Amino acid sequence: MVNVSHDIGSPEPLIRIDGLSVEFGHHEVLHGVNLSVPRGQTIAVIGESGCGKTVLLKTIIGLLHPTRGAVMFDGQNLAQLGEKALTRERIRFGFVFQQAALFDSMTIAQNVAFPLRQHTRKSPAEIDVIVASRLAEVGLPESAMYKKPAELSGGMRKRVGLARALALDPEVVLYDEPTTGLDPIMSDVINELILKTRRQRHEVTSVVVTHDMRTAQKVADRVVMLYPLSRLERGEPQILFDGPPVDMERSRDRRVTQFVEGEAGERMMEMQNGL
Amino acid sequence: MSQASTNRGKTGGIAQAMADWVADLGQVAVDWITGLGGLMLFGMRTSLWLLTRRPRRETTLPAFYQIGVLSLPVVALTGTFIGIILAVQAYGQFRMLHMESRLGAVINLSLVRELGPVLAATMLAGRVGGAMAAELGTMRVTEQIDALSSMGANPIHHLVVPRFLGCLLLIPALTVMADFMGIVGGAFYGVYLLDIDWHHYWLHSQQYVRGFDIFAGVFKSLFFGATIALISCFRGFHCDPGAEGVGRAATTAFVYSFVVILLLDVILAIGLDAVYFVIWPEGPKFL
Repeated sequence: MVNVSHDIGSPEPLIRIDGLSVEFGHHEVLHGVNLSVPRGQTIAVIGESGCGKTVLLKTIIGLLHPTRGAVMFDGQNLAQLGEKALTRERIRFGFVFQQAALFDSMTIAQNVAFPLRQHTRKSPAEIDVIVASRLAEVGLPESAMYKKPAELSGGMRKRVGLARALALDPEVVLYDEPTTGLDPIMSDVINELILKTRRQRHEVTSVVVTHDMRTAQKVADRVVMLYPLSRLERGEPQILFDGPPVDMERSRDRRVTQFVEGEAGERMMEMQNGL
Repeated sequence: MSQASTNRGKTGGIAQAMADWVADLGQVAVDWITGLGGLMLFGMRTSLWLLTRRPRRETTLPAFYQIGVLSLPVVALTGTFIGIILAVQAYGQFRMLHMESRLGAVINLSLVRELGPVLAATMLAGRVGGAMAAELGTMRVTEQIDALSSMGANPIHHLVVPRFLGCLLLIPALTVMADFMGIVGGAFYGVYLLDIDWHHYWLHSQQYVRGFDIFAGVFKSLFFGATIALISCFRGFHCDPGAEGVGRAATTAFVYSFVVILLLDVILAIGLDAVYFVIWPEGPKFL
């Protein structure tokens, strides 16, 4: 376990993860992860499927609880907060889900309006204005407002997910695989929207979970690479790389360069041997 | 290998098999207790939200519509047919005793005390319980429940409380509808098709069916409604991933609800019978 905190600017990071371990039954997904995210930074968490990227993201917002260790957000341990305090902290986050996770039973406008109706006392007219502006920010026409999520394409759904996540002007935006399953053009549109969100909201802190190297290189100030516990040698840290995107290709760890270049390497052999 | 070592091997194998069997049984027991504990906690959290915060109208009204209005036709139809079937099945026996005119009493008493509430609950468990488990299960699998939590909305308050209230408050109305349609169906078949005297059919019905009988049926239905909502929502919330997980959640929601309804029916029938005999020690003067 090594401390890989990488503070830039602010002395106290907005998100600090100390010795985080998460287990599901007897299956440990994260072990002894340490990470700090300063305010205003965009970090990309990369790694192969099943290495615990999404688990890390969900633990940050308190959807999953640490088995050991702690996630500190703005100096508070989220796992120790009561229902009301946790709600207060959660609305400082926006979460863009992998499959958008839009509510099927609601229209697009109702989906984007949901957090506003839940946590503000704005009138329906004011909410409508905000919804239209958020949808315009992600490039969706007003005609999409009254459609149901099932009527939209994957890329449009992801953009609605982003609009909903930004509805309350969050301080932190968590992106779970924002470009997975999209064509290259739409992937780049999403990348541009992540950059635009950052330009428009200077203080916004972002954690982008992805295995798309193009996204990591384009949007992140810093990249963190997680590795599956089952493939690590005893005592090795789960974070293999923590640094600027440009340094990834120069990493001395072959597992990092292999991931960046997208090479199967010895993995095919291991699969054939049933490992 | 000698005979003695073979026997030792056999004994060791049997002992191992026995140990495995005991371990499996223990695991099943632990799973059941864990599941039951989870359901109890889920029920307590639902009650807590129910008592501390008023549910939103936009979540409550659609749930009430789904549970109450859309279940009405199927409950009414089932009630009608059960009334007719009771008349068909009981008529032969009553005619042998020359007591055809008392048919209404038997049909109506069976309906209001037992068949009406149990049938309404069964139809609700099948139509609404399975759908609730599948809907919430899909929401779990597609991360919609996580999305609610991430936006600072409590999923129990938003998803479970409206469904729980819908089942709890509307099942009495559905039970009354099943009772009514069953009575109409039985009367239609008895009076018009079996030619039983109209006046005596209703006279005996009035004499033998007491207000307490109707109350007992409706009272039981409240427990059935709460059971259906809690079990179905719990199964949906704890759904396994994938289409298979959602399917299994829907099926188990119905099966568990149905079994618990019957179990509760036995317990409540015994309890209400005891209350009945306390109020009317002479018992029902039937036939």
